[in-house]
Amino acid sequence: MAKAGHWLEPHPHGLYVRPADLWIDPSRPVERAAVTHGHADHARSGHGAVFATPETLAIMALRYGVDVEASHNQAFPYGGGFERGGVRFSFHAAGHVLGSAQILMEYAGERIVITGDYKRRPDPTCAPFEVVPCDIFITEATFGLPVFRHPPTGDEIAKLIAALRAEPDRSVLVGAYALGKAQRVMAELRAARWDAPIYIHGALEKMCELYAAHGVDLGELRLVSETDKAEMAGQVVIAPPSALGDRWSRRLPDPVTAMASGWMRVRQRARQRMVELPLVISDHADWDELTTTIAEVNPQESWITHGSEEGLLRWCELTQRKARALHLVGRDLEEEA
Amino acid sequence: MKRFAALIDRLVYTRSRNTKLALIADYLQHTPDPDRGWAIAALTESLDFPAVKSAMVRTLLATRVDEELFRLSRHFVGDTAETAALLWPDAPGPKDDLSVAAAVDALASASRSDAPAVVASLLDRLDADGRYALLKLALGGMRVGVSARLAKQAFAQAFDVPVDDVEELWHAIPPPYAPLFAWGEGRAERPDLKHVAFFRPFMLAHPLEEESVDLADYAAEWKWDGIRVQIVHGGGETRIYSRGGEEISGAFPELVAAFDQDAVIDGELLVRGEAQGGQAASFNALQQRLGRKTVSKKMLADYPAFVRVYDLLGLDGNDLRGLPWTERRRQLEAFVPRLADSHFDLSQLIEAKDWDDLAERRAGARDAAIEGVMLKRRDAPYVAGRRAGLWYKWKRDPLTADCVMMYAQRGNGRRASFYSDYTFGCWNDAGELLPVGKAYSGFTDEELKWLDKFVRDHTLGRFGPVREVEKSLVLEVAFDSIHASKRHKSGLAMRFPRIARIRRDKPAEEADRIATLLAMVS
Repeated sequence: MAKAGHWLEPHPHGLYVRPADLWIDPSRPVERAAVTHGHADHARSGHGAVFATPETLAIMALRYGVDVEASHNQAFPYGGGFERGGVRFSFHAAGHVLGSAQILMEYAGERIVITGDYKRRPDPTCAPFEVVPCDIFITEATFGLPVFRHPPTGDEIAKLIAALRAEPDRSVLVGAYALGKAQRVMAELRAARWDAPIYIHGALEKMCELYAAHGVDLGELRLVSETDKAEMAGQVVIAPPSALGDRWSRRLPDPVTAMASGWMRVRQRARQRMVELPLVISDHADWDELTTTIAEVNPQESWITHGSEEGLLRWCELTQRKARALHLVGRDLEEEA
Repeated sequence: MKRFAALIDRLVYTRSRNTKLALIADYLQHTPDPDRGWAIAALTESLDFPAVKSAMVRTLLATRVDEELFRLSRHFVGDTAETAALLWPDAPGPKDDLSVAAAVDALASASRSDAPAVVASLLDRLDADGRYALLKLALGGMRVGVSARLAKQAFAQAFDVPVDDVEELWHAIPPPYAPLFAWGEGRAERPDLKHVAFFRPFMLAHPLEEESVDLADYAAEWKWDGIRVQIVHGGGETRIYSRGGEEISGAFPELVAAFDQDAVIDGELLVRGEAQGGQAASFNALQQRLGRKTVSKKMLADYPAFVRVYDLLGLDGNDLRGLPWTERRRQLEAFVPRLADSHFDLSQLIEAKDWDDLAERRAGARDAAIEGVMLKRRDAPYVAGRRAGLWYKWKRDPLTADCVMMYAQRGNGRRASFYSDYTFGCWNDAGELLPVGKAYSGFTDEELKWLDKFVRDHTLGRFGPVREVEKSLVLEVAFDSIHASKRHKSGLAMRFPRIARIRRDKPAEEADRIATLLAMVS
């Protein structure tokens, strides 16, 4: 009998599905790519044909100029899929960002799920993670160490609102990744009844419009570049992390620097980023979510990729689960976690 | 512990000195005794629990968490207390609010054998932030940038009392400082210190700007290049304090033993060097004796310490600080012969006719341990801190400034594994450190090893090859000249800066200000 999952080959630059002659999330241009979600470490430009959810394709069109209308690119809603070379592919919600999907592959009686990036806690901007039974579960491990336990998102949002109210003369500048995190922080603020306009960096504008067009209500957004400094006192401003220490931030009234990321759990990491208000808000599964998910999916084998593979491997060893680490390259988009 | 944990959390992320002061002051105002006293003692690293050390915490953690997962986590986080706080499994059920005092009591009364059980039961009562606060309190290494000086200032700010009084009382009263708070809040008289060997805040000097004073009003004296110390005899014991008010008696037992008079002196601690014919050696030699809790016989023999006495602050139970310098000097000259001349001598005055004469003597001084000239106003009392017009220091060339190390970078070639390039800064008026220069020479190989270890042990952040360090180490930087520069945020650029010496004895807050450097611009 052939080795389990022999038809799926891990290469440093992606997973290759041999019978279908197709790559999953390749980090360099290929003829055919199935893409889990729109982040740059998974979605790249220059592929021949792209298979993804409609939202992910729309994001790729916006970010990398992928032609959504071209007939070789195909969009599949959650639950939908296609067959190629005897392999049945289908897309299932991953709960990571808008349009993010796990990809289930069925071939020769074997089921393999690749999660892409995922999380389990509720997110008002995207569909919740679906547990898909399988033989081989290929999981991310960004926060694959037991020190990473994300607190309830509501607590972190409450911290942000408390900081806004504590110093009404200052704005709070939240560094948040432009795709996913920024919109999630906005939606969570709305859920906590923060009804004031949210001020944004120009780099977020188009992606927020895309989210709104997909039915995610972000409330009133205003561009910092079109606003008087004084108006932003006591208000929340959202910008990509790279803008935090940038000259751009001089437009803001004495901003408190905040950052929304799972890495903020570790104090020295937060200090390193010169963050005054760390917000532990992540779009990735924390340690408990990762381990619970493996237990729930209960696969024959887990393949672990990008992140702290060693930690999760050790957990599998302790719980007597078969596991191996894949070593894919270019999967270290720290800003986005 | 919740309030204390929240305070630590805010301090960790706050870089501004003024905000730190405000945070601590607010905590002291709104927290009851004895919690606030223990908290401030913990912040200033004044607590020690011999039964609780990080090896014990690691062993304890292994009972709850897989050792390999701990090792991987510790490697990632880089700090044992933080790793343990995050990894310790949350105990089920609601958390009561464990008080800081209850935690201190439990830790202090733990023996080596029951310490693991004691710490475990405390951890079970806390959430992750509380566990972090508890472990930092127990193990030390708080790293929130709160010096004893800052804590005293926060106390003075919180209760609107003079910081000099706080300085005096602080070292006389043990944690949790209940009488100090009672006095601060106006509920009690100022504590009586008659029978305690307490610290008197030092009188300090301004740098002299060229011949700006009338020499007739001032006495001139050599400024010796050792460390300023205060030796206090009171309540049956003798204590030696460094400039920052840290007690350093343990490092100089021979001086403690030799000081047998009921008096308080201010002087310069120096060591004798063979090359100097038994006279004062350079600061380098003295460094061998600094920063030690205990000292070997060989150290005592190789680097014999003595004190060159500048001033007499108290004698036979009387406080002399209110007397003019002339009178204190008269009593000092009569007093010094009562001390063993092997360990104490009198700092000699310089009899200069005029400025030219003084400048010539200053330039002609060849003694390795002479740093310059001091000018002390003859009619001035001994007052804490740096007061305008009373004392001046007139250092020898080259120009020097006391700066605080901010960043370090690894060197090249032979020094590739050493953090040998240092960026240092001085304080602006807002209390922020601004970089004023970068130096990578001037130190010995031994000092480089020490500096490299300091950088590694006090890293706050990493930016590629650069490490940001805790702003606590004062470097005396020598430079040929200093110029205005638009390229630097401080507006200054030094020419040929080098590390003249490492000032482990000097608190970072007392490093030079940008304004002082601006005055040197040529």
